[in-house]
Amino acid sequence: MNALRRDASVALAVARKDAIAELRGRHATVSTLFFAGIVLLLFGFALGPDADRLAAAAPGLLWLAVVFAGILAVSRLHLLETDDGALEHLALYPVSRQAIYAGKAIGGFAVMLLIAVLVLVAVGILFAVDVLGAWPALLATAVLGAAGVAAVGTFYAGITVRLRAREVMLPLLMLPVLAPLLLGAVKATAAALAGDPFGELGAWLQLLVAFDVIMIVAGAATYGYLLEDG
Amino acid sequence: MKTRILGLVALAAVIAATAVALFVVPPDQNQGDAQRIMYPHVASAWLAYLSFGVTALAGIGWLWKRDLRLDAVAHSAAEIGVMFTAFAIWGGMMWGRPVWGVFWQWEDPRLTTTALLLALYVGYLLLRRLSDDPERRATRAAIVGVIAAVDIPIVHFSVEWWRGLHQTATIGSPDRVLNPAAPMVFVGSLLGMLGAFTLAWLYLMIRRYQLARAEAAREEARRMDRIMTARTVEAAR
Repeated sequence: MNALRRDASVALAVARKDAIAELRGRHATVSTLFFAGIVLLLFGFALGPDADRLAAAAPGLLWLAVVFAGILAVSRLHLLETDDGALEHLALYPVSRQAIYAGKAIGGFAVMLLIAVLVLVAVGILFAVDVLGAWPALLATAVLGAAGVAAVGTFYAGITVRLRAREVMLPLLMLPVLAPLLLGAVKATAAALAGDPFGELGAWLQLLVAFDVIMIVAGAATYGYLLEDG
Repeated sequence: MKTRILGLVALAAVIAATAVALFVVPPDQNQGDAQRIMYPHVASAWLAYLSFGVTALAGIGWLWKRDLRLDAVAHSAAEIGVMFTAFAIWGGMMWGRPVWGVFWQWEDPRLTTTALLLALYVGYLLLRRLSDDPERRATRAAIVGVIAAVDIPIVHFSVEWWRGLHQTATIGSPDRVLNPAAPMVFVGSLLGMLGAFTLAWLYLMIRRYQLARAEAAREEARRMDRIMTARTVEAAR
């Protein structure tokens, strides 16, 4: 119990450190949000101006924008650590590796949730979709989706941060792994927006929960090896 | 010598199984001769999964035992697995065109899963190329290999649901031949092909592993060489 409490405080300290750095610099979130907005705008150009078609494609566009923005967000959070060998110092602390992973992932989750919610609002405005009508289900999807992107992104960013070609490698490794999350989140969003006519919303949310749990466990189990000699 | 004999046996087995699949087994009632693609196609898909399983297990073995030979096994299996995955997709497309009328059928969960499998492990191989230090490379690769293997069932499951929650597929899966009701000659031919391909896989694995060890030895020799040169330069000053 004591160990668990200590791990939790370590995780929160790591997340708080990232949050403070973020708030003082405000690099990642603002530019990432701007990027997501541009992606949505370009989707509009690519598929528009037919309003019906855009509304039908809205769930897919929403989550593609979130996932693309997520690549930037998680890579940014690890890039912070490369200055002055901060990652090596983090690895030297005598605390559990799972706690460090959890801290980085919580920081990533906070950024991703903010992005997901704001992109959701933008999709509602740009593509004329009623997001307020089904907000509890949409929020649940956003939370689960953001958690999944953060869980996967945290250890893939940890792998690629010290690579020469990290800008290419991070999306290349991350996107195929995120495919089931994209699928589940898009389906859940579409079901929620349509008022869940087939009663499938719960099943898709369960898929997201399963994905999140498996990836968090896998990430926590392997992140220590990464810190040590990845 | 033993490896060479294994290679020759595997070659003979593949040729024999191919001859049986082409000339001995009668054409399928519904699909005609196109169905013959199924024999190497299913065998390739099986070997792809086997390879990626070996990659994940050898990766865990590296993290646990810190033996670079296990990393060489993981690397060999991943490379051979990517080859068989590409082969399986190609065969599936060649089969899909005459039977379904299209190369790519989005409603077939197996095809979509296999495409993602290819993407996952091409990423794995690229990651290996970008790392210089052997131990770091082994650790990174092991983690990516384990995560990819964990992801495969989720991908398969989700893609199956993706299609299944809306409508039931009416498309015959190529594996229907494994149905016990299928005539013995089809089953026998498929099993023969599976055995022959697995022998070939074993031969390729041994050869690729030997190559990986030779590459590692050269890498190590070069590193020592660089260190020695640096010391000589230092001593000359």
